[in-house]
Amino acid sequence: MSILELREITKNFGATAALAGVSLNVAKGEVHALIGENGAGKSTLMNVLSGAIRPDTGSILLKGRKYEPTNTLDARKNGITLIHQELMLAPHLSVAENILMGMEKTRFGWLDPRKLNELAGKVLVDFGHPDIQPSVPVGKLSVSAQQVVEICRAIAARSEVILMDEPTSSLPRRDVERLFEQIKKLKAAGISVVYISHFLEEIREIADSFTVLRDGVTVDSGKITDVTDAFLISKMVGRDVNDLFPQREALKDAQTVLSVQNMSAPPMLESASFELRRGEVFGIAGLMGSGRSSLIRALFGLEKADSGTVSIEGKPARLNAVPGNRITNGLGYVSEDRKIEGLGLTLSIADNITLTRYSACSKFGWLSRNKQDRQAADLIDDLTIKAPDTRQSVSQLSGGNQQKVTIARLIHQDAEILLLDEPTRGIDIGSKAQIYQTIAELAAKGKAILMVSSYLPELFGMCDKLAVMSRGRLSAPRPIAEWTPELVMQASIGAGTR
Amino acid sequence: MEQELKPSASTNRYLRRWATLLGPFLGLALVIAVFAVLTGTPEKFLSPFNIRVVLSQTVIVAISAIGMTIIMIGGGIDLSVGSTIALTGVVTALGVNAGFDPIIALLAGILVGAVVGSVNGLTITGLRVVPFIATLGMLGVARGAAKWISGQEPVNTAPTWINNLVVTFPDPPWLMLAPGVWIALVLAIIATIVLRNTVFGRRVFAVGSNEAAARACGISTNRIRIAVYALAGAFFGLAGVMQMSRLRQGDPTVAAGAELDVIAAVVIGGGSLNGGQGTILGSMIGALIMAFLRNGCQQMGWPNFIQEIIIGTIIVAAVAVDQLRRKQL
Repeated sequence: MSILELREITKNFGATAALAGVSLNVAKGEVHALIGENGAGKSTLMNVLSGAIRPDTGSILLKGRKYEPTNTLDARKNGITLIHQELMLAPHLSVAENILMGMEKTRFGWLDPRKLNELAGKVLVDFGHPDIQPSVPVGKLSVSAQQVVEICRAIAARSEVILMDEPTSSLPRRDVERLFEQIKKLKAAGISVVYISHFLEEIREIADSFTVLRDGVTVDSGKITDVTDAFLISKMVGRDVNDLFPQREALKDAQTVLSVQNMSAPPMLESASFELRRGEVFGIAGLMGSGRSSLIRALFGLEKADSGTVSIEGKPARLNAVPGNRITNGLGYVSEDRKIEGLGLTLSIADNITLTRYSACSKFGWLSRNKQDRQAADLIDDLTIKAPDTRQSVSQLSGGNQQKVTIARLIHQDAEILLLDEPTRGIDIGSKAQIYQTIAELAAKGKAILMVSSYLPELFGMCDKLAVMSRGRLSAPRPIAEWTPELVMQASIGAGTR
Repeated sequence: MEQELKPSASTNRYLRRWATLLGPFLGLALVIAVFAVLTGTPEKFLSPFNIRVVLSQTVIVAISAIGMTIIMIGGGIDLSVGSTIALTGVVTALGVNAGFDPIIALLAGILVGAVVGSVNGLTITGLRVVPFIATLGMLGVARGAAKWISGQEPVNTAPTWINNLVVTFPDPPWLMLAPGVWIALVLAIIATIVLRNTVFGRRVFAVGSNEAAARACGISTNRIRIAVYALAGAFFGLAGVMQMSRLRQGDPTVAAGAELDVIAAVVIGGGSLNGGQGTILGSMIGALIMAFLRNGCQQMGWPNFIQEIIIGTIIVAAVAVDQLRRKQL
């Protein structure tokens, strides 16, 4: 019997359909995995369930009764609690205050701290954590203990369904195991868990059943033991992974355009050496925080490099330069976070595209808005950016289209050497395919591309050669044919490449 | 995926742009209508005479709001406007008294404003002090400097043409409106064009919208920010000259609290404290709304504190309405 039942939920944000018909059945006391690519609608769905946003159409039944939460507190009172990817705790408040936040028992508005600690303490003890003191500020606890506090908050609210949005993405393996123990305890207590994760191994380990979302639609669901990983992936992606990547051929006898020797940029980057040729796509794999981004940022003049040599188009270049200087030398940069360092969200598409090279559409400091519009419209066409017109503000676009704008900017800039940090992070599959296509076209035109990515299929699908960053050291670049995903993983975690 | 830019798209674009200005326009119409009714003598409230009076009274806030709009689009704020107005007014008055040609005295006022603005810009970029604090400091420093150089007394000046810049009945009469009103209008148009059609203007928007992204696009963000504060300072300097013209003396204690009126004008006009947004036209309407409000309250014989309460409420209401509108779009 299902405790939670969603039928044909839809939700539109402006012109984009985040959810276009999601159905979901969660049984009592099961762990239900919600799987899907970034942008498939998982987070939107979680927000609908937790009362943060209201669906446009569709119905939700909780224990057979209509469930229409007005806000997150209402959802909690109804027995559904969301645990966010980033923990939502007030670090300066005590464990007890955090656990009972929003549902404090008061007498005429007065809090009784002893009573508060007692109540929270009981929840902690029942959940098998007498070790966590209710009166301690949450900021003093370890991350895994903080997660216990989050879970206890859900239990204290007598939740019957707990939603977990990528709870393990920032956890070390040891804490992941602890979390799984907690989830098993929840299960034993008859509480259902909806579990979102990218990691299929994790899902196999903890989940009973699954639902796959793609482009805001439920595409499949069933028992996890009945299906293979390959089946799940094909459902998530909606096509064979290999079709995503365009056929490429490396240019022959191409000249080296960027040469980096023994570059260091403390504290993240210890040493990196590589050469990049025209027409080449060079991939850098590695874990987050391994120094990949530091390498690109230092190269582009956004972080300070300490030592090493850089030469661009055969000429020695300054080790430390400002971005403007690098742009003059033909370098272009796409940040791993388009919202923080990529786009002026309130600005128009046209402004964002032409930002690095206004000279192409201005004379003596005077902008020709016609020219700017035309240049932007051409790139909007080339990259199939979905937008009503060139003056639309970028904030109104979907993530995938925003990312295409950052790539369009490099093309407008006419950069010869493209430094791409996670160029397809968090975007839909269609936009990914478009960006891969564009990268391939640029490479065929003789541009040199350096691409940092956490997504191995994309590195293997796009790159001519690859190196792995591990703890600030870049391995020797090798042709892609000499790598396997296992070798890359080994090198990433520093388990001896040789 | 097909993609075409339909002709109708550009009409949408204009609709959207005007929608952001619709609120301030409606607000202005509402304020005028309400006071026309409340005073019971709409023909008097809307008489050419009264409109001249209101426009003359708007000049100081309007010229300052041009500068403030540029700063706020660039992601900053300037709390030292009032003090800068006082300081530059005193400087101009002293210049006239020292026997300089009035035009030199006027330019000196503007120059001092630009210098004050540059110091703000350098403090913000060089010492990495947030704009709120840097200009809060300048609020004190400039006010103190004004009192110091004036000997803590208003500086009376011999009559020159500067004194006629914001009079209700201009000389020659065919000007219809005070010269200051025309100056404000011309400057507003120039500033609009600069913000819209020059590389500098678009870079100001870029820095205000996302400074990190602007830097990653090779824009020298510090240079832009210093230029913005210096330019705005020049506008505040000119506002100071207008203030001196209105009082016919350089008063070191004048325009205390003017920063709130100026910021309010920009915010009512659609400017955002988060930067990257705002229009000169909107800010000018904002300035007019405040001027009509004050004028209306005066005509009703309402005390000063009522004006203050109304204006405070309107600022918050304007921003709240703007937030609602954004949510719906």
